[in-house]
Amino acid sequence: MIEGASWRRWVFFYFPLTGFIVGLLFPFYWMVITTIRPDNELYRPWNAPNYNPFWTWHPTLSHIRDLLTQTLFTTWLLNTMIIAVSATLISLFCGLLAGYALSRLKFPFAGALGTGIFITYLVPQTLLFIPLADIIRNFRLGDTPWALILTYPTFLIPFCTWLMMGYFKSIPKELEECARIDGATRWKAMLFIIFPIAIPGILSAGIFAFTLSWNEFIYALVFLSSPEEKTVPVGVTSELIRGDVFYWGELMAGALLGSIPVAFVYSFFVEHYVASVTGSVKG
Amino acid sequence: MAEVVLQSLNKNFEEVYAVRDVNLTIRDKEFIVLVGPSGCGKTTTLRMVAGLESVSSGRILIDGKIINDLPPMDRDIAMVFQNYALYPHMSVYDNMAFGLKMRKFDRADIGKRVQDAAEILGIEQLLQRKPRQLSGGQRQRVALGRAIVRHPQVFLFDEPLSNLDAKLRVQMRVELKKLHDRLGTTEIYVTHDQVEAMTLGDRVVVMRDGRVQQVGEPLELYNQPANRFVAGFLGSPAMNFAEVQVVEEGGALWAADGGLRIQVPRETAGRLARYTGQRVTMGIRPEDLHIATAADPAELGFEAVVEVIEKLGSEILLDVAVGEYAMVAAVEPNIRVNVHEKLRLALNPERLHFFDPVSEAVI
Repeated sequence: MIEGASWRRWVFFYFPLTGFIVGLLFPFYWMVITTIRPDNELYRPWNAPNYNPFWTWHPTLSHIRDLLTQTLFTTWLLNTMIIAVSATLISLFCGLLAGYALSRLKFPFAGALGTGIFITYLVPQTLLFIPLADIIRNFRLGDTPWALILTYPTFLIPFCTWLMMGYFKSIPKELEECARIDGATRWKAMLFIIFPIAIPGILSAGIFAFTLSWNEFIYALVFLSSPEEKTVPVGVTSELIRGDVFYWGELMAGALLGSIPVAFVYSFFVEHYVASVTGSVKG
Repeated sequence: MAEVVLQSLNKNFEEVYAVRDVNLTIRDKEFIVLVGPSGCGKTTTLRMVAGLESVSSGRILIDGKIINDLPPMDRDIAMVFQNYALYPHMSVYDNMAFGLKMRKFDRADIGKRVQDAAEILGIEQLLQRKPRQLSGGQRQRVALGRAIVRHPQVFLFDEPLSNLDAKLRVQMRVELKKLHDRLGTTEIYVTHDQVEAMTLGDRVVVMRDGRVQQVGEPLELYNQPANRFVAGFLGSPAMNFAEVQVVEEGGALWAADGGLRIQVPRETAGRLARYTGQRVTMGIRPEDLHIATAADPAELGFEAVVEVIEKLGSEILLDVAVGEYAMVAAVEPNIRVNVHEKLRLALNPERLHFFDPVSEAVI
């Protein structure tokens, strides 16, 4: 906390904090207000006398109703959920084992391998989608959920591996040594001692992986083409922007409903998540 | 029965030796302490016995059986770590029961053993707590409890008291000693604290740079150190050293340099004779110095200037300058001296040590 006179606290703490909060929350506010404003207010010109973009006196749920009935939004939601959960589970499983191996086992080129995995994470998706599209076509996976379930791990596994590597390194290796003297094999020590302690790290890797797959755009855009196979980000943007016509109400309703699962996941695990980012393991 | 034998034990990382040619027989039920400055190889030796570190060459035997390639779990040992290594997600009970569960003991037996161990250590009321709810001393007890529930053949301790505050350390030291008397298990204890080594060990092993310097009972090491390193490492404040010239005069040997001129006692003179005309290292412990009285012969005394006075209550430590040397003398607590005062110190001739200046071995 800031010490000293109260004006210092206001200037250096509350004021910047308020600015930060307003800046962060404004997009969400904009999303909500656009969702519930009727069309005649939304498309009112900016120089109209009763123009007021920040508030409405006639809230409506018509955009949400249209989104749910006139589009395949629920299908997209289900697709996204299946794809994000599957890709997250695959990546978490691989990342957990790889992270453990890279941080704990001594084998030749472990360090180089760790760096190599990190470098693959740095290759931008905008480059990778071209060769990946070729592979997807060769395996005849195009326009199926598998195209994404199998390609998302290409960036999720390096990410999870690195996060878990760092977390495993923060767990004292004596715990494991002690378990092995106590009679556990390496596998059992990992399962009963290291993994339970690493739960905050595993959860935050999972949350991040889930969010990344949930929001992913470019692979979903390239590898899926039928409307009923699409995910939320692609479905909303491709079906609700027709040429130069933007269905702003429905777009924002889609964004709002699409962000609820992510917000839910975050709030559910927030305690563990904060613990993993701020604290280390204490013996 | 568990005799631990280390034969020509080596641990090297390419050219760098962490442990070099260690030969040691630890008798059944013996409490042996490995002591030395950090990096001396004591912990590496312990970890090799535990199976946490591979052996480069040499053999480790427990009960006559070579265990070099056995995994830690099959060595029938228990280890207490410096940071306790308690499993943070388990209760005290589960921490202590973990080893037994892994070894498939039945539930009733586990419960009884944990209860027994908890009683011995006085932690019965803590069994349901998590490690983070315990104080340092309590964690230490749990770590001990986790080791004793299994009734292993050998206990290994890796600086178990170094995270405790001074008072608790003394208390736990006594308890460790009692525990050993009660359980009668072979114990190997690693520490850098010479007081712990002296008070706990049936025998003490002093190590430096991966090599064993001397093995023996605590007082044997203290009174008859094998070399200058052991002499300087054990004892607090440390032994005083001075480089002196050995000269013969009037049929007696003298150790002389700058402000010092001491007659070498007859029994040492025989061994020191061949160093006549050469320089050697002379050592004398602070408690073997006292303020000279009329009864002290002149040839066993020297002039000193008091520089610092440390009043410890049970004794006074005088930091003095003797010629170019700084020495410490432990004197009676009732003596009145002032800083910068010049006084005459006398020494106990039987307690003089001489070391070869090159090999540093005792003469």
